[in-house]
Amino acid sequence: MKGRFGALAFIYGTVVSSAIALALAAGIGILAGIYLAEFAPRRLATTLGTLIELLAAVPSVVYGLWGLFVLAPVVSGWIGPALQGALGFLPVFQGTIYGVNMLTASLVLALMIVPTVTALTRDLIAAVPRRTSEAALALGATRWEAMSRVVLPVVRPGVFGACMLALGRALGETIATTMVIGNRPAIAASLFAPGYTVASVIANEFTEATTNLYLSALIELGLILFVISVIINGAGRLLMRYLLRVGL
Amino acid sequence: MKATGNAGLAAGRTVRGLSVGRHLNDLAWRAAAGICAVGVAAVLLMIMGYIVREGVGALSFTFLTSAPHPVGVPGGGVGNGIAGTLIIVGIAAVMAFPIGIFVGVYLAVYGHGRIADTIRFLSDVLASVPSIAVGLFAYTLLVQPFRHFSAFSASFAFAILMMPLVIRTTEGSLRLLPPELRESAVALGASDYQVTTRCLLVAARPGIVTGLLLALARVTGETAPLLFTAFGSQFWQFNPSNPMAELSLQIFTYAISPYRDWHQQAWAGALVLILAVSALGMIARVVFRQRHSVGG
Repeated sequence: MKGRFGALAFIYGTVVSSAIALALAAGIGILAGIYLAEFAPRRLATTLGTLIELLAAVPSVVYGLWGLFVLAPVVSGWIGPALQGALGFLPVFQGTIYGVNMLTASLVLALMIVPTVTALTRDLIAAVPRRTSEAALALGATRWEAMSRVVLPVVRPGVFGACMLALGRALGETIATTMVIGNRPAIAASLFAPGYTVASVIANEFTEATTNLYLSALIELGLILFVISVIINGAGRLLMRYLLRVGL
Repeated sequence: MKATGNAGLAAGRTVRGLSVGRHLNDLAWRAAAGICAVGVAAVLLMIMGYIVREGVGALSFTFLTSAPHPVGVPGGGVGNGIAGTLIIVGIAAVMAFPIGIFVGVYLAVYGHGRIADTIRFLSDVLASVPSIAVGLFAYTLLVQPFRHFSAFSASFAFAILMMPLVIRTTEGSLRLLPPELRESAVALGASDYQVTTRCLLVAARPGIVTGLLLALARVTGETAPLLFTAFGSQFWQFNPSNPMAELSLQIFTYAISPYRDWHQQAWAGALVLILAVSALGMIARVVFRQRHSVGG
């Protein structure tokens, strides 16, 4: 311990794991939300919707537990080698495959934020007056065309806002990432290498912070995290609010 | 779905041979959407199934009622953690519920100007502050000055996490009431206080209670702020000014430990935690439905 502190590796880990999580969760969540709002038979939509909402309340320590003991072996045993085999020429898929790594953390985070994206997308689409899509259908659009070219553009800012809220949740997530990201303070090109996030380093090292400077450095990390997530969430909420106010 | 008939018309309007591409495109995207929705639900169900499978084995009466034993000594459980959770969450609720309901009433009944808009926005932003940052706040305010960890500081952090949820649901359910309700109470000569307490709050009760339950569910599963507020304990502890065990914190500690029997206990603890949180969510749902049948 030399009393020198730097946050770059942690910020990198936070941003990269959350960005990958959002990329995965946004695509899947938006499609799932569309299905629940528009295409699913009513009873199936209610069942799936209830399930996804209830499971959104699953505590993060439980996701962490599952990620550590179930997903991590799958990532190092199957998903990692498969990705390496198919796309091994990319630097992000090279190197030794650890079980606890950036990829596992991103997958767990993606799972945790998918319900948010799904539920909000569903609610936004359900708020669009039905005559909007009926007009498109009457003009000869297929149901997917009515959705993708008429309804989706109306709610696009709101869906974007929903994604920001989900991103905010991923950025601030602590326990689950701490359990599966590997906690190594280094920037590695490979997603198969362990990383570290701002929230995890606070969680791991706070009780070991023996000097005042050490403690202050960790609280500074907390401030960074706070500012990032307030900006992201504030923007997301303003978008959602604007959209709901102008009445879609 | 209403649009089905129109979709049929649309399909009839296009000649099959000419629009195969569009039909396939339509089918493919709709199938993809369905697969995504069912897939998400399935993965999440799978996680639940796994936890039940792994957790049920270690679940027993002793597990629920005894404090942890040292590593290698069989038996032991999360009884002190469950007690700690109840105490910490209970104190948090006592702090957050009244304030949250008061603010919600203010926003719904009196809040029209710029100040109310600002409070609303700030409360929304507060809802999205990472829980670990809230924990740090509680640490600097209530742990550092006293030089020891305490369950009370954890309750304080939890109260901050709960408040925005309570505010939002209280305001929301009050706003859903028809304005005539308030007007008729005023017309009968009720004072402002009577209108709010005997009429509006009573009519909005199911919605408010739903919000309270959801807030409870939210913090019951929260772990991060506890790391440096409640801190955890291996023993029974009922004094909120001392460090205290908490269920989700125990699961975390057990999960990252290298011991196999602790892992087993972590799964069982996770099962208990999930059951508790889902029960709160389920009750909230039932109460919420009640509003639709009564308040309409």
